[in-house]
Amino acid sequence: MDKVTGMDGRAYPWGAKNIDTDVIIPAHWLKTISREGLGRGAFETVRAQDGNIFDDERYSGSPILIAGDNFGCGSSREHAAWALLDLGIKAVIAPSFSDIFSGNAFKNGILTVVLPQEQVDRLLEVAQTDEISIDLENQTVTTPFQDRFPFEIDPFRKHCLLNGLDEIGLTLERDTAIAGYEGNRAETMPWLAKGTEVAA
Amino acid sequence: MSHTPRTLYEKIWDAHVVETRDDGTSLIYIDRHLVHEVTSPQAFEALRMSGRKVRRPELTLAVPDHNLPTTARVDAAGNRLPIADPESAQQLAALERNAPEFGIHYIDATARQQGIVHVVGPEQGFSLPGATIVCGDSHTACHGGMGALAFGIGTSEVEHVLATQTLQLKRSKSMEVRVDGDLGPGVTAKDVILHIIGVIGAAGGTGYVIEYRGSVFENMSIEERLTVCNMSIEGGARAGLVAPDETTFAYLKGRPYAPNGADWDAAVAWWRSLATDPGAQFDRSVVIDAADIQPTVTWGTSPEDVVPIGGVVPAPESFADPSKRIAAQKSLDYMGLTPGMAMQDVPIENIFIGSCTNSRIEDLRAAAAILKGRKKAANVRWAIAVPGSGLVKEQAEAEGLDRIFIDAGFEWREPGCSACLAMNPDKVPAGERCASTSNRNFVGRQGPGARTHLVSPAMAAAAAVAGHLADVRDFTA
Ligand code: SF4
Repeated sequence: MDKVTGMDGRAYPWGAKNIDTDVIIPAHWLKTISREGLGRGAFETVRAQDGNIFDDERYSGSPILIAGDNFGCGSSREHAAWALLDLGIKAVIAPSFSDIFSGNAFKNGILTVVLPQEQVDRLLEVAQTDEISIDLENQTVTTPFQDRFPFEIDPFRKHCLLNGLDEIGLTLERDTAIAGYEGNRAETMPWLAKGTEVAA
Repeated sequence: MSHTPRTLYEKIWDAHVVETRDDGTSLIYIDRHLVHEVTSPQAFEALRMSGRKVRRPELTLAVPDHNLPTTARVDAAGNRLPIADPESAQQLAALERNAPEFGIHYIDATARQQGIVHVVGPEQGFSLPGATIVCGDSHTACHGGMGALAFGIGTSEVEHVLATQTLQLKRSKSMEVRVDGDLGPGVTAKDVILHIIGVIGAAGGTGYVIEYRGSVFENMSIEERLTVCNMSIEGGARAGLVAPDETTFAYLKGRPYAPNGADWDAAVAWWRSLATDPGAQFDRSVVIDAADIQPTVTWGTSPEDVVPIGGVVPAPESFADPSKRIAAQKSLDYMGLTPGMAMQDVPIENIFIGSCTNSRIEDLRAAAAILKGRKKAANVRWAIAVPGSGLVKEQAEAEGLDRIFIDAGFEWREPGCSACLAMNPDKVPAGERCASTSNRNFVGRQGPGARTHLVSPAMAAAAAVAGHLADVRDFTA
């Protein structure tokens, strides 16, 4: 995975609340067996409307999206993260995210930055005209106007992002611990270990 | 061992910790993994590319459901019919190839056991109390009805589970939703969960695992508990649980993958020990009086947009939160509704009875009880009943329910996700309304421009007969 240190650039000042995964990428786009090309379907219903934010040339190609509460609610489809990436969005700032979406975003190197509503409102204002800067190392969002908003991020996620670490690779290194757990489990709760191999 | 009282969630969590890092992240062992055709192809592909194997293939079960058409799958001679949509066909072919290649048990599209993953898991006894269960689908929360810690995961996590049988997780906060008392006539498990989501909001459960407690849930069947837990995610919670009890054990006994013999006794003993200890602390408690719950419908495009069937379409100004006011106006524009309109005056052209929320045998019985001897209204253009699995379908047919649906003007379909999401041929046309027993009323969920009203199976049947949203209590006298 590529290292992620932050993101500087223009942002879509959207601010909409409860943006669900069906809005990010409608279900008919989920029939793909690849991760590529989903940008064409990203925000399809929004982009079908005249004057929508994604077609506004002031913002086109922005790497950052600013949204409202509960961004990414709804389905577990990782296609939502792939669609954002394909559209060129590498960071989302919002007052809150759905748990599944923020996990999916992280695994694809998309930064999800949680800030309180007032600060998000301020960024929505700044983004109309100016760039926004996210610094992962220092955990801050700054603007050219002296705004400096610190944000929280899970230390493990931060470490993985900054160093471009593959989570599966890291877990596979824990094989001894996993095998130990499985050995113990096979003795104490054998029925759980059987799965589809339960003898009829 | 410490004697601090623990919740059901904490007990299941503690029993699955492989190790915990200093930052509080734990490696959690996953007991059961369900796989379907939509969120798995990229995971298998990534495994193949990195040369990784599936660690414990017997702990994963694969079955197609999401984009499988619900029309006949074999011809009169028993030959498999091709799937018209080339992309759907390709996705199904990928699962059919991937499962055997990685040694995973696969239930074929034409098998009697095929169905929606969340119906199949419990029905096969694959989903067990106290187990950690995951699937690349957010409604995995459903299996919490079995007393399992079950939650949806993304495709990278599907790959992580396949390769390691674990996930890296942080413990969630815990929320107790307590509903005591007696449910009124016509009030079902679906109404209970819609009401709860109305109370806590679509993001109210974010960061929490919910335990549903109180006499209302204790008195529910497994089918009803699955309905409740299924929609936990619509309240923002990744998982919802009901403590396993005698009802759970009776449901599971003898199912194909359930423990048997000495295993069964040992399992039941452990399951009994899982209930939340007296005095255990929840991070948040929500208490609801069963008597306050009415047969419920949604008016907007978020599952929190609920109102009792006797109510009216709310005015955006009635919401205190300014962003909710804007969202409500947008919802009303999309739904084509005006404030003050009685919900019972909302005409309905489409009826969908199905989805992992409401496609089990009790759901079909509840709808059929209303439809018996009645017909769908003339303005109801399309009404379909889609059993959650082949076994549910067989059972329903043995009870003659299929005849009741067909006589009422419904189509009786093969199992699958169907019109719950617009991925397969079952879609609601733009601008038309659907009284739907599914779980999401999002913009475009049932097809571009489709307008969804979430209801219980009995209420969907009542709407079919009336031709508009209707109060099921007027049909049961
Ligand atoms: S029925 Fe709907 S919610 Fe359930 S698994 Fe299928 S698509 Fe998801």
